[in-house]
Amino acid sequence: MSGFIVRQPGLLSLLHDRGRYGAHNLGLTTGGPLDFIAFDWANRLLGNDANATCLEVSFGGLTLDADIATSVVITGAEAPCKLNGAELPQWQTVDVAAGDRLEIGFASRGTRAYLAVRGGFDIAPSFGSSSTVVREKIGGLHGDKLQPGDRLPCGGGKLSTHSRLAENERPQYGDSASLRVVPGYQQAAFDELQQWRFFSSEYRLTERCDRMGFRLEGETVHSNMVGMLSEGICHGAIQIPADGQPIVLMNDRQTIGGYPKIGSVIAEDTARLSQLSPGATVHFEKISIEQAHNIHCLERARFERTRAQSC
Amino acid sequence: MRIEIAGQNALIVYFADRTSAAVSAQIQAAVARVQDRMRDCIVDLVPSYASLLVIFDLDRGDYFAVRKRLHAALTGLDRVDSAAGELVTLPVYYGAESGPDLEVIAERGGISAADVIAIHQQQEYRVYAIGFAPGFAYLGEVDERIAAPRLATPRQKVPRGAVAIADRQTAVYPSVSPGGWNLIGLCPTRMFDPVKTPSMPVKVGDRVRFEAISRDDYISLGGEL
Repeated sequence: MSGFIVRQPGLLSLLHDRGRYGAHNLGLTTGGPLDFIAFDWANRLLGNDANATCLEVSFGGLTLDADIATSVVITGAEAPCKLNGAELPQWQTVDVAAGDRLEIGFASRGTRAYLAVRGGFDIAPSFGSSSTVVREKIGGLHGDKLQPGDRLPCGGGKLSTHSRLAENERPQYGDSASLRVVPGYQQAAFDELQQWRFFSSEYRLTERCDRMGFRLEGETVHSNMVGMLSEGICHGAIQIPADGQPIVLMNDRQTIGGYPKIGSVIAEDTARLSQLSPGATVHFEKISIEQAHNIHCLERARFERTRAQSC
Repeated sequence: MRIEIAGQNALIVYFADRTSAAVSAQIQAAVARVQDRMRDCIVDLVPSYASLLVIFDLDRGDYFAVRKRLHAALTGLDRVDSAAGELVTLPVYYGAESGPDLEVIAERGGISAADVIAIHQQQEYRVYAIGFAPGFAYLGEVDERIAAPRLATPRQKVPRGAVAIADRQTAVYPSVSPGGWNLIGLCPTRMFDPVKTPSMPVKVGDRVRFEAISRDDYISLGGEL
């Protein structure tokens, strides 16, 4: 089947749909795009199904050769993108022809770029999803990140009209973020002083940030828990191990774990967190479950309402 | 039973402070009820030792509605028969060749390797949780005489099918992976097979027995050495 041939896979390029749901009982994690906002826009601009399979390109370095005529878009992290050596705008659909070379250079702002093709990449689902989880050897082409020579099949067909997302509607990737947290799990085991330290301090992203979790460093926080049974971990959960340094658990987290958790970062903000690099700073803001629901509904309505521009 | 917020779209039900066969059976029954009555708004479920994480679809129900339905669905679950759960028998080729830590466990307990093998088979275990890796089932509780702490230095490579003990838990490694549990034998049954339905022979709340088989039986059942 035609599609794209991988010449340079980059540091970490993974095929993903929206994620794997309903398989936690087997110990399978969710996977899916770390920044679902940029991912959703990529599919939306091409008129794809919201769950169509895209490429998540972490940090950049990807080179693909097309052997099909289709339309593509690159959203997410700002990176020098090229089509046959000429500069290629992001957040804007473009046509590619068989024989064309597509490149995503190293990200200058943000860390995760998303490449979508019209109709999505054609990847057989595993446990209901095409999402690649390298640790589980599940999803994608062979349960692994892209390798040189891999063929990425897709259906092809060019768009009749092209569209772009206006610059003022695009997410801004900086070097800090405010992460809104719904208190939960063992939050009562963190006394008032510990909660105050946690919610009033600045934390820095360490080098140890990956698809499983983002390890932060800053003021230490301690709970009064003495041993606990392993339990299910939801997306965004903030685990605080004995060293007192928080870890925000992301898409590829293990499904169960036995460290105390102070609450969970909402999905809208883990998406922003995932675009930050080591050294960036974050702080946590406590919100109610009602506010968390409001944010979800408002952001969704905003996504639906925002119109792409024709070009 | 206590329902707490876990996150923006997740609630966690705590059934008890400790785990037991009765609690585990209750959780298995809870999973069945939630799957049956709340399918329209549930995204995923994670049963564990004494809790059940319920992840819901925020576009199909908010915290208040889901909590109310969850509470209703779980009412009356206190009287679950602790003998509930399917009984699954897993064959094991025990011995020095397949279980490099058998001797160490025997020495710790002041018993023979044959005793360790016999004691491991006497118990009926409960599947308390599945996690760590796809298909990794935590089984408890192991007789105190053969309980053993994790290795100080985990092995780089534990073979698929390795039957292992850590503290008062036992498990069968579903795939080749690093691991710090004590190895006592090899099981030819695949604990996780992505192309098979169901992909696992057990689920949380099931009961498991181990049964010794010979080296030849292990090979003929598809086991690898």
